[in-house]
Amino acid sequence: MVLKTLDVLGPQHGYGIARRIEQISGDVLAVNQGTLYPVLLKLEQEGVIASEWGASENNRRARFYRLTREGRKQLQVETQDWEQTAAIIARFFEVKAEDLT
Amino acid sequence: MTSLRRFLTRLLNSATRRARDERLREEIEEHIALQTEENLRAGLSPIEARRQAMLKFGGVEAMKQDYRAERGLPLIEHLLQDLRFALRLWRKSPSFTAVAVVTLAMAIGANAVVFGVLNALILRPLNVPQPESLYEVKRADTKYPFQSYPDYLDLCDRNRSFDALIANNFAPVGLYTGGNPSRAWVYEVSGNYFDALGIQSYVGRFFHSSDDHGPNSAPYIVLTHAYWHTRFQDDHRVVGRTVQVNKYPFTIVGVAPPEFQGTVLFFAPDFFVPLVNAEQIEGSSFFNARANRWVFMTIGHLRAGVTPEQAVADLNSIGAYLEKTYPKEDGKTSFSLARPGLIGDVLGPPMRAFLAALMLLAALILLAACANLGSLFAARAADRSKEVALRLALGAGRGRILRQLFTEAMLISLLGGAVGLWGSVVVLRGLAVWQPFSQFPLHVALNPDANVYGVALLLTIASGFLFGAVPVRQVLHTNPYEIVKSGTITRVGRRITVRDALIAAQIAICAVLVTSSMVAVRGLFRSLHGNFGFDPGNVMLLETELNMAGYGSDAIPAMQRRMVDAMHTIQGVKVVGVIDDPPLGTGAGRTLIFTDQTTDLRPGNAAAAPFIYIISPEYFDAASTALQEGRAFTWHDDKNAPRVAVVNRLFARKLFGSEGNAIGGYFKRRDGTRVQVVGVVEDGKYHDLTEDPSPAMFLPMLQSPSSDTWLVVRSNRDPQQLAPAMRDTLHALDAGLPVVIQTWNQAMNVVQFPPRMATISLGVLGVMGAMLSITGIFGMAAYSVSKRLRELGIRIALGAQRKEVLQAALGRAFKLLAFGSAAGLLLGILASRVLASIVYQATPRDPLVLAGVVVAMALLGLLATWIPAQRALSVDPAILLREE
Repeated sequence: MVLKTLDVLGPQHGYGIARRIEQISGDVLAVNQGTLYPVLLKLEQEGVIASEWGASENNRRARFYRLTREGRKQLQVETQDWEQTAAIIARFFEVKAEDLT
Repeated sequence: MTSLRRFLTRLLNSATRRARDERLREEIEEHIALQTEENLRAGLSPIEARRQAMLKFGGVEAMKQDYRAERGLPLIEHLLQDLRFALRLWRKSPSFTAVAVVTLAMAIGANAVVFGVLNALILRPLNVPQPESLYEVKRADTKYPFQSYPDYLDLCDRNRSFDALIANNFAPVGLYTGGNPSRAWVYEVSGNYFDALGIQSYVGRFFHSSDDHGPNSAPYIVLTHAYWHTRFQDDHRVVGRTVQVNKYPFTIVGVAPPEFQGTVLFFAPDFFVPLVNAEQIEGSSFFNARANRWVFMTIGHLRAGVTPEQAVADLNSIGAYLEKTYPKEDGKTSFSLARPGLIGDVLGPPMRAFLAALMLLAALILLAACANLGSLFAARAADRSKEVALRLALGAGRGRILRQLFTEAMLISLLGGAVGLWGSVVVLRGLAVWQPFSQFPLHVALNPDANVYGVALLLTIASGFLFGAVPVRQVLHTNPYEIVKSGTITRVGRRITVRDALIAAQIAICAVLVTSSMVAVRGLFRSLHGNFGFDPGNVMLLETELNMAGYGSDAIPAMQRRMVDAMHTIQGVKVVGVIDDPPLGTGAGRTLIFTDQTTDLRPGNAAAAPFIYIISPEYFDAASTALQEGRAFTWHDDKNAPRVAVVNRLFARKLFGSEGNAIGGYFKRRDGTRVQVVGVVEDGKYHDLTEDPSPAMFLPMLQSPSSDTWLVVRSNRDPQQLAPAMRDTLHALDAGLPVVIQTWNQAMNVVQFPPRMATISLGVLGVMGAMLSITGIFGMAAYSVSKRLRELGIRIALGAQRKEVLQAALGRAFKLLAFGSAAGLLLGILASRVLASIVYQATPRDPLVLAGVVVAMALLGLLATWIPAQRALSVDPAILLREE
């Protein structure tokens, strides 16, 4: 989700990412926003995102996260994986009892 | 790939913690600021806006923890944190740390030393290729491996189970390389010795079976590496040199490799010579006497595929042949196999049993040490229960707290283990070069190897876990709410617990050991001034073996006489006697004697088995042995005169009923010779200090010459000063005669070795026991003081005197100490009876011993309770009660 957000919105700071995830999920995924930071750190250490200091909308110092090339690749892979998984699961839901006979 | 990169980054991050914490703090701040603004825009009041933002963000501390866990390597970071914390705690209580480390160091060190010896003597095989197939052939009816030479040859020729059989003997020789003659120990070995064992020479060559052309045909020497080093300074030119062994020329042909020191583990020879030259080496040889079993060991590698059972069957078929062919000499003959390193059944089983018992003892010591340290740790955990409760309340996991406690225990354990291992290496090195008897080349390669280090490490870790685990239950049951609210919950037990019993037992054992070692020390002192039937004071002993300088039996008496006369020329010498081996030395021989009426001289009919000594006429004067009846010998009691003997009082009473009757009486020796008693001397000690009175007889040396010649030189001043003159005098007489000069008291070290060893080991054990008792009492006292600190504070506040405070705090410890000491003292007195068989006149009925034990135990108690008592007395009720 973080990767997709960054892919769509371009470089973002932590708060922006959190807000975005909330908005898209329609506030269903309103977990503690703080838990986002360990995840960001993990992704950064894996090298799929990078971060640097920048100025936020109201000209304050904020840390901006952006997708790296590797991150894009990973996003592609994961998107594919997810679509595959979703498709398979979808098929399971489509199957009705008479189809199996 | 990504996980590796992540690991590396995390490793880096562990190092640069500070900067990253700063970054996180800023990010969080920014996040909350943005959210607050958003909330403000939504119309909330500023305070509410910030509150909502914080709520939405969630627990900052928990998240920081997660963040850090994600960023660095939490395991290592926590470990480092715990280590830092443990070190801080150490600095706060150095005495606790010191006690714990010293206790562990001694316990683990003791284990490492015992295991090191066990490893060298039992676990490690002989240092030869394929030691697992090497066996010693011995007769099944005895534990000693002796064979006769013809039997050995038959075993060699007729067996189908061994690749080769080798024979060897030990002997002392005189080595003369020009300059000072010296004594050396040699292995006499069969020609195939090195080839059969698969040893390669280090320098030069070895001798082989092909060098062997019958008696005295192979005068070759192979030096051991150690002797080459000490005696010949690693000189390669020594090969080819001719030296004199017992005055016979021998050629040095090579040097054995450094790791090879013969085929008996603890008996390291100086060099090897061929067995066929035994006559030159030992002065006699019995190559053709089938009944004379003088070849010490017969060993060989089993052929590939032959089992020991098959080999025994094969050997027994040879035995049957020998039995049939030589019924008179060999008699019933069957064989068995044994391991050669500890001379098979002679030393193997007792050594194994002894070391196993010692190992068990060491393990028990370590276990007791762990139990004591466990209670010390429990006391500390109780002290820290508030801290632990606070940490629990703040959300620390119990696992994390336990890990901290274990880290601390392990750190102490590792430190103790390291110190203990270092100490044990020092002790083992010392033991390896230690020569308890200067006249025997006893040497064991006690070099600690990987096994020893591994076992020490294993024990260290195991004990760390053992005593670290004691407070676990305490921590797991901590209820943070209760403790933070009301302080430590004090429940003072009145019951006698297992822990109390354990400590009392330790104190008792300690008291037993202290009692016995004091008894032993007293006995040892007394033995230096006992009555041995001779007076070793002011006497110098000059030990020579005339055979080593090439004197045949005809030349011996004349040479002995010349030696005696030469000694008399030295200023200060009063009397000079000669004896073949002094009493309380190493070689006390016994012989069977019969009454004059006995005609059937079978061993079963013997009247007594007295010690036998061969002496010169002046020996009794030189030794200060009092003549009770009759006369001593004269120089006229020679080969042409009738056979005479001087006997001791016990001998006289045993054979003739009384001392008076003995004079003029006759007895028979085993060969039928009739001997007349001409004198009776006082009884003495002959073999060891604790022996029962034994009969002894003395024969004139002119009638039974012996090559063993000890000059007993009594002087009227410090005999040590005369030693150089004595050496010069003998040297002038025969430059090639090796001589060992020592005082009689020094020579008696050999008989004092067992009591000395008993005293030393009891002392070491006593120290161990004292250490255990101290930590035990210390732990218990510390625990009870810290548990009852508040109670003590109240007592002091209410006006209790120091004495009452101490009684309340330490009464129990003192009760245990008194009870344990009393029990131990009683047991120690009983145990001294056993000790009396090793140590001369060991008796506990000695006020000095009893007082010593009481003082020692009291000191021990004082030492152990000093710190807790100080703590109990320094309780400041004001601070304590305010704190609670």
